Amino acid sequence: MTLLDFARGAAMKWSIAVFLFGVLWRLVGVLLLRRAHDYSQSRGPSLVAGALQTIITRSWPRKEFRASTAYGVAISYVFHIGLAIVVFGFVPHILLIRSLIGIGWDGLPSGVIYFCSVVTLIALVMAIIRRLTHPVLRLLSNFDDYFSWLVTAAPVLSGLLVVAHFGARYETLLAVHILSVEVLLIWFPFGKLMHSLLLPLARGQTGAFYARRGAST
Amino acid sequence: MIADIDTLHPLETEGARLGIKNPAQRYDRQGERNDQDRMEAAMRAFAHDFGATTAVYLESCIHCGMCAEACQYYVQTDDPRYTPVRKLEPFKQAYKREAGPFAFFYRLFNLKHRVTVDELQEWQELIYDSCTMCGRCSLICPMGIDIARLVGQARHGMFQAGLVPHELWAVAERAEREGSPLGATPKVFKERIDWLSDEYDVQIQVDLDSADILVSMSSIEIMKYPQAIVATAKVLNALGEKWTIRLDGYEATNFGMLSGNAQWQKDLSMKIINAAVKCGAKMLILPECGHAYGAMRWDGANIYGKPLPFEVLHVSEFLARNLRNGRLKVKQVPKSVTFHDPCQIARRGGATQAPREVLAKLGVDLHEMSPGGDLNWCCGGGGGVVTIHRADELRYKVFQIKMKQVDESGAEMLLMSCSNCRQTFDDGQAHFKWDKTAHSLLELVADNLAR
Repeated sequence: MTLLDFARGAAMKWSIAVFLFGVLWRLVGVLLLRRAHDYSQSRGPSLVAGALQTIITRSWPRKEFRASTAYGVAISYVFHIGLAIVVFGFVPHILLIRSLIGIGWDGLPSGVIYFCSVVTLIALVMAIIRRLTHPVLRLLSNFDDYFSWLVTAAPVLSGLLVVAHFGARYETLLAVHILSVEVLLIWFPFGKLMHSLLLPLARGQTGAFYARRGAST
Repeated sequence: MIADIDTLHPLETEGARLGIKNPAQRYDRQGERNDQDRMEAAMRAFAHDFGATTAVYLESCIHCGMCAEACQYYVQTDDPRYTPVRKLEPFKQAYKREAGPFAFFYRLFNLKHRVTVDELQEWQELIYDSCTMCGRCSLICPMGIDIARLVGQARHGMFQAGLVPHELWAVAERAEREGSPLGATPKVFKERIDWLSDEYDVQIQVDLDSADILVSMSSIEIMKYPQAIVATAKVLNALGEKWTIRLDGYEATNFGMLSGNAQWQKDLSMKIINAAVKCGAKMLILPECGHAYGAMRWDGANIYGKPLPFEVLHVSEFLARNLRNGRLKVKQVPKSVTFHDPCQIARRGGATQAPREVLAKLGVDLHEMSPGGDLNWCCGGGGGVVTIHRADELRYKVFQIKMKQVDESGAEMLLMSCSNCRQTFDDGQAHFKWDKTAHSLLELVADNLAR
């Protein structure tokens, strides 16, 4: 069995299993906890509307906070959008997704994907430099922050090496690329990458909480 | 050890703010217990609050650091220790190790070490001295984490561990024991009322068996700004309301909540709730006090365990309603004013527009602070911080933001609707020899009632 066979076979199955079971375990473990009933007289017209509104509006800072957060937010937007384009726009990725879940769509031209990958990688490098140099971020950061960055950046870099045929045999590069994604999948439920699924929950409950109070969120 | 706080730490009423004397004495640990007991008590109290809401928040932080930019303590010091979400670090760690979905992993591989008393003690300054629970950070967090609420929960753990800044502990203990944190006992309050009734020739209803409106007051008003009592009476008498103050439930401040003692918070709230139920009140009016609003308007029913059988209004909401419906009439005040929004009433309470309605009816030229309303900067005295003497230097640093905001507004008059903010402004004014004096919105209305 070659490294590529392993990456495409057992490693993929197990990493997807860990990903799904881990995500479910973490979400269920949190959501099955009790939620205290709030008996206070609600001022807001709709708590659901408040939750939905906050899920959307927290996607960018209020104007009062924009100047002080612009750099971090811009970097973050670039690599998040870049990752989405690369993951869901590259034809080989779409073919893989179709083989797994039976749903596919048209891809973007390879040139666009390569450009986006490079931009994403640059933004990720800027993000880690910022984390290593900004006093607040340096103090807050722990293993999860750095490892989550590593497992996010590694597939982007290895993907670029695959298409550039640079550094090793194509099959080896492809195997490394697939394995790097599998490491990401395995780490996903345990670390901060879960924020992609926790985001609507956290924003939503805050939105509903302050909607009850008729306060701004 | 805490000795008799009345003799060792007598009430100080002469300064710009109320406090207790002997601030240099530090008793950051309450009681004699071993560290293990303290930790277990802290974690039990913190875990008691764990529910899905808290867990989602504690799981969600991405360490982006944006909350620092919203925090007055970080903005004024550039010290990353004051990053709001970091103030929760021991509790986040304890949650992940003891209660999170992957707690067994964290314990098995010791990925998160057990939180120690020394760590909690180090965090005491972060959870109390440098956080007013103003909630600005809750508005900037891209994940939507309500950090201010989590700090309130962290204080529950700190209190049970006996790790509360001494002065805050002392005023909370006095509130539980005497019914008021600042010595405004029923006897003292009654004497004040009798004196104010005579002095200002205003009828103040006390201890009626039946009334439509129960009025509560803040100890800060009773002891330092008694004009608030007169102003409230003038307004209610002008409206012809059937109202009363009851000596078995009048104290609206809740230092049980601020210090982190959930039982004391309940005891203090239940006094007012029981008094309102006894006299069959349809409405409870809360005084010009920020945290009193949160404690009763939003926590009251949950403490009661069912919806309250009466409406709860901040006095500014009551004024706005009666000016809006035309029952209350005021004279025009030809002045430019700026309004300081108390965090717990506006940003975290939702009653941001009520004072603006009142100001519009008064016809003043309102100069909004920048930023104002829901994004207004805290005065720095909320969350019990104004009682903590060792926090003074830091508090004065953050107060400079307010001074700048007020000065830049260019208004002639500075108004607010919170007596705790007001005493913080008074203290800041005295400290900096500032030329701006804080005034009460309620008193401005009462002084300008139209016949």
